[in-house]
Amino acid sequence: MKNIQSNMTGTVLNILVAKGDQVKAGDQIAMLESMKMEIPIESTEDGVVSDVKVNAGDFVNEGDPLITLE
Amino acid sequence: MTTKQQTLLKESLDRIKAGGAPKYHEKLKKQSKMFVRDRLVKLFDDGRFKLEDGRFANFKAGDLPADGVVTAVGKVDGRTVCVMANDSTVKAGSWGARTVEKIIRIQETAEKLKVPLLYLVDSAGARITDQLEMFPNRRGAGRIFYNQVKLSGMIPQICLLFGPSAAGGAYIPAFCDAVIMVENNASMYLGSPRMAEKVIGEKVTLEEMGGAKMHCTTSGCGDILARTEEEAIEKAQQYLTYFPANFEKKPPEQEAIPPKEGRPISEIVPEHQNAPFDMYELIGRLVDNDSFFEVKKLFAGELITGFARLNGKAIGIIANQPKVKGGVLFVDSADKGAKFIQLCDAFQIPLLFLADVPGFMIGTKVERAGIIRHGAKLIAAVSQATVPKISVIVRKAYGAGLYAMAGPAFEPDCCIALPTAQIAVMGPEAAVNAVYSNKIQAIEDPKERIKFVQEKHQEYKETIDIYKLASELIIDDIVDGDELREVLIDRFDVYSSKEMVFSKRKHPVYPV
Repeated sequence: MKNIQSNMTGTVLNILVAKGDQVKAGDQIAMLESMKMEIPIESTEDGVVSDVKVNAGDFVNEGDPLITLE
Repeated sequence: MTTKQQTLLKESLDRIKAGGAPKYHEKLKKQSKMFVRDRLVKLFDDGRFKLEDGRFANFKAGDLPADGVVTAVGKVDGRTVCVMANDSTVKAGSWGARTVEKIIRIQETAEKLKVPLLYLVDSAGARITDQLEMFPNRRGAGRIFYNQVKLSGMIPQICLLFGPSAAGGAYIPAFCDAVIMVENNASMYLGSPRMAEKVIGEKVTLEEMGGAKMHCTTSGCGDILARTEEEAIEKAQQYLTYFPANFEKKPPEQEAIPPKEGRPISEIVPEHQNAPFDMYELIGRLVDNDSFFEVKKLFAGELITGFARLNGKAIGIIANQPKVKGGVLFVDSADKGAKFIQLCDAFQIPLLFLADVPGFMIGTKVERAGIIRHGAKLIAAVSQATVPKISVIVRKAYGAGLYAMAGPAFEPDCCIALPTAQIAVMGPEAAVNAVYSNKIQAIEDPKERIKFVQEKHQEYKETIDIYKLASELIIDDIVDGDELREVLIDRFDVYSSKEMVFSKRKHPVYPV
């Protein structure tokens, strides 16, 4: 089990994966907005999404988990 | 000389060249490590040592060949370099009195010859049993670091980390211009995991504490992560091709090569200021094919730093990466940029800034980490750099981001803009919110509110229109992205005779 974290403080614009999706390291899993910029978040691991921890509009700090991979 | 004397000498030398006991050579093999002399054969042209001094250091001890360090001079790509290389088969590469003396002497040699000095480190640290002879005295281990600081900016100093560099020894890489680390084998720490557990109660693995990957991604102490020792040596050889032998010379030139083919820059850069794009693709279109040599690739990826060749000539590139953290500058990226700029400026490597930066990060996390003083380091380095420096505003340059990327006030030889450029204290959305916040809140009808905001955005955009800034002579020119390479080649060629003294004084009080 591995959490993919936000690399920056900001707001979640959208989550691009759902529970059960297969993702590979380097796939974009979410888009944040911070400093008025769109910030793509890429998965750092391969795995299947077992949990989505945030919703569009949520505030996240650097290091907060966005999704969990199995 | 009698045959007997000749035989004695030959046997003695053979013993020295063999290094430590066979069991330690076996250990090297298990760790996928090369023997120290094989590393040097791989490093030097034709595998040839031009000279080696102190071979007989501690000879009389019997079991300490060369006292655990090889100090030699050879050629790399036809140019002289000095080397000190620990031998981990001799008492784990630890330092005795003669080890230290040999290292100091090769530093003195490199200083006199004005040639690069490479530190091939693989050492357990000081020999505690010898501490009085090698630790506190005038020509003790401290003098190695003192010399490194003295040589900094005079000659290139590079560390290749093949094994541990523990405690005080960890300062050798710290004082080098660049540190190349071999994955899984290299490590760097003040206190080992064992010591940490005893002294502060922390339980941690060596890799977590001070492994190559950690230092290249997180601490920033490592510049280049190599998979193997061979790759580390090749990286050092490549690195040197961008550098002159010393600060008084210009970097060597190579044959000009056209850039990698691909999408034109006008297609790469999105017009929409907030959308991410990959700055590497743009760099690829500018520089000679396969000439980009990145430094700290895995650390603070929102700022790209690396050497490249433009029409055969070495340059240093500092570029924001909009794809990572929006290209926003953070504490680590500021440090990364500051060191890289100083490195290029010290060795006459012209600087190219490619700006697409929303500014420095804000928020409590970064304020507490001292973003202001870290940002000040970067801006200080930009100010002091007197090598030819070109600032290209690729897209946005907001706030102090403009200053960090060698904006007009920082004496670039030119500040040129692509048609997509936008220079301002802040972006339109932030600016309209800041100025009209109360007024926007007061408009009750949502449609009216949106209309008002859009009008103000438009007005703001007109005030920061890039043609207006060119008309006011704030920027020196507007250039088509697809012509940028040619423009840069011509401009760097013109600026190559630049001579300038920044300021007369002893030294600045550096913001750290």
